[in-house]
This record gives sequence, C-alpha cells and structure tokens, in this order.
Amino acid sequence: MASSSGSIDADVLASIRAASLEEAARLGATDASVRVEEIRSQYLSLRDASPETAMDDTELGVGLRVVVDGSVGFAATVDLTQDAAAQLARKAVGAAKVAALARSRAVELAPEPAHGQVEWSSPFQIDPTGVSLADKTALLADWSRRVLDAPGVSHVSARVLAVSELKHYADLAGTTATQRRVRVHPSLEAVTPDADGGFESMRTVAPPVGRGWEYLLGEGWDWASELEALPTLLAEKLASPSVEAGRYDLVVDPTNLWLTIHESIGHATELDRALGYEAAYAGTSFATPDKLGSLVYGSDVMHVTGDRTAERGLATVAIDDEGVTSQSFDLIRDGILVGYQLDRSTAAVAGYDRSNGCAFADSPLHTPIQRMANVSLQPAPTDGPTTEALIAGVDRGIYIVGDKSWSIDMQRYNFQFTGQRFFRIENGRLAGQLRDVAYQATTTEFWGAMEAVGGRSTYLLCGAFNCGKGQPGQVAAVSHGAPSALVRNVNVLNARAEAGR
Amino acid sequence: MSTTDTALVSAHDVVEAALAVPGGAGRVVLVLDSSDAELRFANNTTTTNGVRRTRSVTVVSIEEVAGGVAAGSATRSGVVDVADLVRTARDAAASAPVADDASALLSGTTDHDFSDPAAETDLSVLSTVLGGLPGAFDRAAKRDVVLAGFVEHGVVTTYLGTSSGTRRRHVQHTGSLELTARADGSRGTWAKVGTSDFAGVTLEQTEEDLARRLEWSAHSVELPAGRHPVVLPPAAVADFMTMLYGYAGGGQDAEDGTTVFSKAGGGTRVGDRLGELPFELRSDPAEPGIECIPFLAAEASGASTSVFDNGLQLERTLWVADGRLAALQYHRAGAQRSGVSAAQGIDNLVLELPGATGTVDDLVATTERGLLLTSLWYIRMVDPTSLLLTGLTRDGVYLIEDGRVTGAVNNFRFNESPVDLFARVTQAGASTRTVARESGEYLSRTIMPPLRIPDFNMSSVSPAS
Repeated sequence: MASSSGSIDADVLASIRAASLEEAARLGATDASVRVEEIRSQYLSLRDASPETAMDDTELGVGLRVVVDGSVGFAATVDLTQDAAAQLARKAVGAAKVAALARSRAVELAPEPAHGQVEWSSPFQIDPTGVSLADKTALLADWSRRVLDAPGVSHVSARVLAVSELKHYADLAGTTATQRRVRVHPSLEAVTPDADGGFESMRTVAPPVGRGWEYLLGEGWDWASELEALPTLLAEKLASPSVEAGRYDLVVDPTNLWLTIHESIGHATELDRALGYEAAYAGTSFATPDKLGSLVYGSDVMHVTGDRTAERGLATVAIDDEGVTSQSFDLIRDGILVGYQLDRSTAAVAGYDRSNGCAFADSPLHTPIQRMANVSLQPAPTDGPTTEALIAGVDRGIYIVGDKSWSIDMQRYNFQFTGQRFFRIENGRLAGQLRDVAYQATTTEFWGAMEAVGGRSTYLLCGAFNCGKGQPGQVAAVSHGAPSALVRNVNVLNARAEAGR
Repeated sequence: MSTTDTALVSAHDVVEAALAVPGGAGRVVLVLDSSDAELRFANNTTTTNGVRRTRSVTVVSIEEVAGGVAAGSATRSGVVDVADLVRTARDAAASAPVADDASALLSGTTDHDFSDPAAETDLSVLSTVLGGLPGAFDRAAKRDVVLAGFVEHGVVTTYLGTSSGTRRRHVQHTGSLELTARADGSRGTWAKVGTSDFAGVTLEQTEEDLARRLEWSAHSVELPAGRHPVVLPPAAVADFMTMLYGYAGGGQDAEDGTTVFSKAGGGTRVGDRLGELPFELRSDPAEPGIECIPFLAAEASGASTSVFDNGLQLERTLWVADGRLAALQYHRAGAQRSGVSAAQGIDNLVLELPGATGTVDDLVATTERGLLLTSLWYIRMVDPTSLLLTGLTRDGVYLIEDGRVTGAVNNFRFNESPVDLFARVTQAGASTRTVARESGEYLSRTIMPPLRIPDFNMSSVSPAS
C-alpha cells in the first residue's frame, strides 16, 4: 500500500526525527518518541439537500514525548523545521522537569523491543479526502432527495465525515513507522412533525468504518435499501404507541449494542481508569485490578475481546503511539473479567511484562494516552442463533435497532440508552414499532441477564469517531463488533413520562 | 510569559498574503495562533503534561456562480502555502451551489494592534499552582486522601482579514484549575476554578473548599430515586444552561420544528413565558470577568452561523428576558428571511435573577430537607422535543436537614429538561463566575446563580462513588 510521506518532504521528516530524538537523548532522556502527523478531516452536511456546512481541515504538526529521570514531558508545535524540532526536545525536557517537582513516584514504561522500520496502511480503494466537494455534495443531495421526496418526510439532514491520517513515528529504541488510516462516517436523518407539536426522527444505522469513499458507493453496505426503507420506518414510528414503562426482554441489534459495549465494557476495562488516572475527568471503573480473574461481569455466554487488528476496525493499526505492535487479547471470558487495555506506563504500574498496544494520541499536538482498542462481544461459537431465532424466544419484549442517546456514570455502573427503532415483540414475533423507549440498567446486572448471543451471521462491526477522554480532551475512533443479543427483564423507561409529559 | 520564539511568520502577514492572491469575488482569511501549557495529576502524583504552539489558517473564498455567489473554505495548520490554500478554497466555492447564507462582506473595522505578534504562554503561568502541588500531595497522603486534577492555561490570538477591508485581532486567555479529592473508602468531591491569568488562584484555596466537603462525606446516607428538592450549585446550572444554549439556541432549527423552541403548527416560541421568575439569560463580549472575542470569526457556515458574517460586531444579547424566550440565533441572511434580528453565538453565558442575593450556603441554610449537588456528568439529550437531558450527579451529593448538611448521599441518574427548570425553579441566589463540569470544556466563561428546584427528577440510583 501507499508509503507516501504526504506533503512532508522525506528529508525534512528525517531531520525532524533526528534533531528531536538526538537533542532529547543529549539532555538525558531515557525514552523519547516523536510523531510527525498529517491529518486531513473533512465534514460536509446538507439540510434538505442543500449544503449547510463544509469543512476541510488539514492538521500538520510534530509532538515529542520524553522520559527524563522518571518524569514524562511532552511538547508540540506546527513549526516543522530542524531548529524547531531541537527546541521541542528542550521544551519537552523542561516540562518533564516541572512535573518532577511534584512527582510521588517514577514513571516507568513496560519494555518493548525495537521493531525496525514499519510501513502500514488501512485497506481502502478511494481516499475520501481526495473526492471533490462537488461529488460529495452531489451524492448526499441525491440521498437526501430520495428520502425527502417520500410522503411524510418534512426535513432531511445528511452528513459525512471523512478522515485520512498519516502518522510518522520514531523512537529512541529504534522503531520507525509510517502508517496511514482512512475512515468514513456517512449518515442521514429524516424528520417529521407529530400531532402534538413535537417530532419524530429516523436515522440510518450504517456504521462508521475503516474504508474509503467506496463505502458510500455501496461497498460493505446496502445504502439503496436502507434509504428506501427510511421513510416507511419513520411513518410507522410516528403512528406507533408510546411504550408502557416496565420490564421487558430485549433483543438488542449490534447497531445498538455496540454503544452499550463501548460504555459499559470498553471504558470499564481501560487500566488507566481502573487505576485512578482519569479520576478527575473521564472517571474510574468498578472493574478494579483486585477483581481481575474473579469479577462476574456477565453471563457465561459473554466473551469480550480487545484488538487493534480487526480488518477495517477504526482502532486498528500496525504499531501504537508508544512503538508497541498491535495485538488481540481477552477482556472477559465465560463472563469473568480476565484482562485490561494497557499502555506502557499503566502496564508497568500493574506489573504486566508488556503493553498490549493501546496508546494513542489523536493529534501530533497531544501526548499519547491509553485509548480504546476495538472491544468486541464475540458471537456464539458454532451455529449460533439468528436474530429472528432470538426474537422467537421472547413472549413480551422489544427489539432495539440503532443508537441514539447514551449516558453512563463515572465508574461505569448505571447506564441509559435509547435507539432509532424499537419493535414490539409479542409471542416471538415483531408487532409494530414503539416510541419513547429508553433502557436503564447497571452494567453487571445487564450483562448477567444476557441469555444468548447470536451467531456469526448476526455479527457486525459498528463504532464511533468521537470517543472522548483525557485532559486536554482527545477524540478517538473505535470499532466494536457485536452479534445480536437476548437480554432478559431489563428496565425500560418512557422518555416522555421522564420529561413529566 | 515568554516572547515568541517560533520560525512561523507573523500571522498578520499570512492574512495579507492570502488576501493578496488574485481572483474571486471576495475572501475572508482567519488565522488562529494558539499557545497552551497544561499539567495533569492523579493518585497524588503528576502524570501527563504538555506545552504546545499551534496555528490554523482558514481561507474562505467567495465566487460568483450561476444565480448568485457561493462560498468554499479550507483550513490548514502550521506553515501554510497560502496560494495553494486559496486555490483549494476557490475550487470548493466554484463547485458549490449558490449559498443560501450569502450577505455582502462587512467592511471597515481595523484594529490598531492588528500587526502585533501572537501572545504566548508556558508552564510558568501555572507556577503558583504547580508550586503548591508537593505540599498538597503530602497533606493528602497524611489524611488518606487521593487528589486528581488538571491545570491549564491557553491563549488564542485571532487575526481576521477580509477583502472588504476588515482587519481584526483579539487575544483571549483561558485557564482553569480542577481538583478532585477522595478520602479512603468515602465519596469524592470536586471543584473547578476558571481564570484568565491565575492571579490570586492557589491550590490551597481549592483544597480548603474540598476539605469541608470531605468532612460532610464522613457520614453516608442511602436515598432512593424519586423527585427530590435540590439546591443546584452554579456549576450544575452552568451545564444545564450551556446545553440549552447549544442544543436549542438555533432559530432555523426551531422554525424547522426540531427543537424545544419550535411552536406547534410552525414558527418559534420567542416571546413565550418559560417560568414565573423574571430570569435573564444573556451573552455579552464585554461581560466583566468573562470578556470574550467581540467579533464573529467563523471557519465554516452552520445553521445559524455564516462565513459571510465574519467580522460582525457581537453585541450584548438577551436570550431570555423577564422570564420569556427573547431571541434565537440567526445569521444575517436567515434573520432577513425570517424577519428577525441577526444574533450570533457568543463565547460566554450569564444567567441572572435580577435582585437575587445569597450563596449556595444561604440556600442550604433555608432548606428544611433536600439535596445539595456538586457537579453533573455525562449529560446527553434524550428527547429534543422537550430538551430532556439525562446525566448523573458526580463527586458530591449531600443531604440537607434543617438548614445544614448532615451527610453524603449516593449518586443518581437524572432525567430533566433545562426548559422545565425555568418553570419549576422557586429560588435563585446571586450569580457568580463558575465553570460547568462537562460543557465548561467548550464554554468556560459562565456566570450562574445557585437554584432551588423543589422536585428534581432523580430517575435511578447510581452505585458510582
């Protein structure tokens, strides 16, 4: 695949790498890693088939992290010159010395061998950031009109986010890497007013993916069918009854379950959170290291993995931002907590031999921190049930498709999610839609009530571009694979009643 | 603060160079020079930190196309090839349809300091706070208390130039100190201070605030979900009001029928009374203590923001006046279509009940039984029709009995709408500078009162502590 250095001249790149690392070493750094990155992000949104917002942003910069006498320092600049790179080393070492004044324990990085020169690219056919604005607008306008022309749709908003990321990494240990990642997230939402002054909406559930523009042309997703179905789904939802609050069996589609996995498992099994390093901001975790190997996270059908290797996964790379090669590992096996996502410093604190490669910085201007791998719930091993078979096992329940609102507490216990489409299940069959559904549970209670997971045929890699963590805030893209799942006896709220209406 | 030490050419020269590239019907050039310094700590030790110098250059090109004008823009960071950037923006405009937010570019205003260099900051600005950290960690460790937090200072220098003669420059300093404390085995607590220059900000002062709350936490009380009387501190009110401003502030969205301020049958609810008390919700670039950029600097258009309006002077705007919805946001073209005044989002927000006095402590002192909250977290929209938000209490829910705090209570998930809070609030205190725990990351300049809500909807208990 492409090994181009983008708009950065190869000689300039080499001089920045050398100048920053050599100066850091000269100033006493025992570890130093430099990232020169070029990230092109484009956002286009249309309202009722007319362009509303178009952004085309290219971020180009260099960031250097050093470890000096057991303290970490980080400095970054958009000034890509050899002089600025050497000065960056002095600033990063200076920051480490400031941090050292209030350091209670030395920072250690778990060992990682040097990996020489690494070149990697995520698979894509058409770089989405190279597609002209006119072509992008034309495609979204066509999608919008198809939906807008259907009866009963009053407004349509369509948008696409496209990112092409080129990252040059080098460290004192001798690893250098050039990696390109491409991703797209298209979506379209139709809206129509209801009888009592409110409105209902229906959004596509196509996941964001590590693919190129070909995704919008139909590779990997049947857009034509989803767009065609949207107006009818919206009309049915508008005419549907408001849910009666109470306990229901839920069949949760992967397009909804991925977010529940993200919030209640993905973040809860980040070791930096479990150790208290995010206590002031993102929060901590109920799944503390003293419970490793014994915490009953969920039912025995629950097998959750972390990986940075999944094909087209949004968190997939060859090597992480601390020079650690990507891996795949168990987090929950037979319902028991068995692992964490690690970076090199948290791995060292907790006594692991090696990081499992979950360090990431969202920008050359931010320091790498532990970020989420692709955290996925595995489908039933052989001949697992279809979604229809799971639904057939429910007398009174709800089949939930697509994500919408999400919220969870800072220790990852209490969550509340809504969705796009809620189908009532009666005696094993779908019986029309419901409105105003929100489900609320405690993490271990929810996963403990998971009676069955669907088979491989129900498995879908979903995800998000906008996972937030860290101070200053960083945003990461991450995928979550999930099968459909049957969860018994879950507390369902009526969102309208919650608003006192 | 250090002087400039970068090889980047002066920002105003970048503006002039981009404006000098020939072609197009109009052009806007926006350069944001940023300098940041920050340090994080947790588990009574420093963790990550950073010092950072960035620049982003945006060119908005306006081109004549069949039937009108179109706009296109492109943004790049660092040392920018301006000719190439202008070309990219012009290409984007040439392939765009007629802009429905088009207005004539504003002309005229020139700031005398337009050619001044960008302001910079570094870790030395934080030295008083950082110097206090070793002592704070020592004191905490002796009491089995764990501290975590973040201290940051940043400065953004904005340079805006247009082909119609506008030359604006603005320097905005933003800083904060955030601190959480947790005693072994008990519930944690939190405080955050917003500041532009760290003058008078010390760690010891914030530590003292937290020490009192940790004492309250020595006694723990379990309470069930339900509708509870609560005292919302200014930081929690700031989160609700910022969400209201961000999610429901758009005029076009309201006209389209998709917000809580949409009128049944069409139009907006501007003029509707939201509650009995004569609250004022406003933004004003000149608001003392939370001054902010006084002109529009938009990299891209949005539902109520237009790149054509760049340089527009931002004026004091009342969003809610005398308890009634008074204004929604519109760009100039949208305002003209809807027959209303243009109003732009402004980078600060004030909620005030005229004549209200008293602090959080005063509200507590006049509470027979209720809950005092500290901060809110993970706030998300559940239903835009009512602006129903869900979220959690975080780092400090306290039981008030007979005018005093008697213990710490479990956390709750709430489901509440800030619009409904206007209808149900029974008392407000004096407004003070505060930073919202969650939305303060995006809008940190807020002045808010504490509020008494007699029936706050705690939907379920959260075991988090």
